[in-house]
Amino acid sequence: MSNPALLLLQDVLDEPKLIDWEWIKDNFWEDIVPAIQGHIFLSVISVAVALAIALPVGILSARYRKAYPPVTFVTGVLYSIPSLALFAILISIPGVAIGPSPVIIALVAYSLLILIRNTVAGLDSVPPETKDAARGMGLTDRQILFRVELPLALPIIVAGIRIATVTIIGIATIGAYINGGGLGTLIFDGIGRQFPTMIIAGAVLATALAIIADLLLLALERYLRPWARVRRT
Amino acid sequence: MLFKILEVYARPDFPEKLRQHIVLSLVALLVAIAIAMPVALLIRNTRVGALIAINIGNIGRAVPSLAILALALPFFGIGFGSALVALTALAIPPILINASTGLREVNKDVISAARGMGLSGGQILARIQLPIAAPVIFAGIRTSAVQTVASATLATFIGGGGLGDLIVEGYSRRGPEILLAGALAVAILAIITEIGFGILERVFTPKGLKIAQKRGS
Repeated sequence: MSNPALLLLQDVLDEPKLIDWEWIKDNFWEDIVPAIQGHIFLSVISVAVALAIALPVGILSARYRKAYPPVTFVTGVLYSIPSLALFAILISIPGVAIGPSPVIIALVAYSLLILIRNTVAGLDSVPPETKDAARGMGLTDRQILFRVELPLALPIIVAGIRIATVTIIGIATIGAYINGGGLGTLIFDGIGRQFPTMIIAGAVLATALAIIADLLLLALERYLRPWARVRRT
Repeated sequence: MLFKILEVYARPDFPEKLRQHIVLSLVALLVAIAIAMPVALLIRNTRVGALIAINIGNIGRAVPSLAILALALPFFGIGFGSALVALTALAIPPILINASTGLREVNKDVISAARGMGLSGGQILARIQLPIAAPVIFAGIRTSAVQTVASATLATFIGGGGLGDLIVEGYSRRGPEILLAGALAVAILAIITEIGFGILERVFTPKGLKIAQKRGS
């Protein structure tokens, strides 16, 4: 047994069970389902709050160009702070207790850059002629924004939501470390108990959740881009 | 508080944690480049190859970094090596996807012109395709580098060391200054990586391309 690769293989084979199906069956309703629900809750709330901030900021940045570079700078710095570090910084602030709130704040901070960038890119993609035509038809600025620009920008905004959601679902797993709940709880408990089944269940379900969200939002993106669909067929 | 944080940086084990963090990130990044670049070159002219690269990229984006690191535990055990394997796997997708699309998006007319001038396949790759794709390839390496530095913080959970050790120590022992010291060090390291690779990206953009970009804008 001098070959290290063989030793490694032996280790895996010696593992009594990589996936203990009994455990999954026994703990499905108490542990796994609440973890999935918690994860969806964290992700949906975070994306919703982030959108409520990013849409107005994006619309304003598209209008007042001077504001755009500082906005991308601040959100860019937030985006590049590693999540575990951001969680640690947030819970160091007096009055912020561990739990879902700092996790949601951090997840919102991470999605801002992507969402604002795509909102601005979406609004920029509306041809000036289209806006001129709308103005010629007698629409006010506000009507142009809501009836022409935003609907046309929507596919690009949704593309941003898609990237942000997938990113958030991944980072949310780390939030379990500061008691944020979600599927990361299974992963951390699995590491703590040296129990591979929990690690694998958490990892696989978090990945599956991210892929499902990705596909659903991709479908939405396609649906919102009827002109692209027509070309395809 | 500030003084207490600085005290943590003066601890004898801090340079070692920092060194572990940098070595973990750097080795993972270099191995990922060594794997992703030849693959991108091999598949640059095939449609199936592009599809594979994009799918690996998408799946790579969907798998949480904590999941990859945690999954390394039952397979490779506790420790530095295990973290290194996981971080390398995480670092590959952004490089592969950018290198593959960058090489593919080189204008076909430019390649035809080069062929017309009598350049061989290897010359076209070295003198035309790679220089033109360089900014996109570097953008991928930059994304990957920043992501790797961030994920290396999680190495602590599987005994891989690095600056994450300080965060975990501060959190479990309720030492707010240790927690913050670790977090700030990681954040600064990530921002330095982001800026540093941004400069590299500009350095590796060929002069002619910069002029074209300026004209375009």
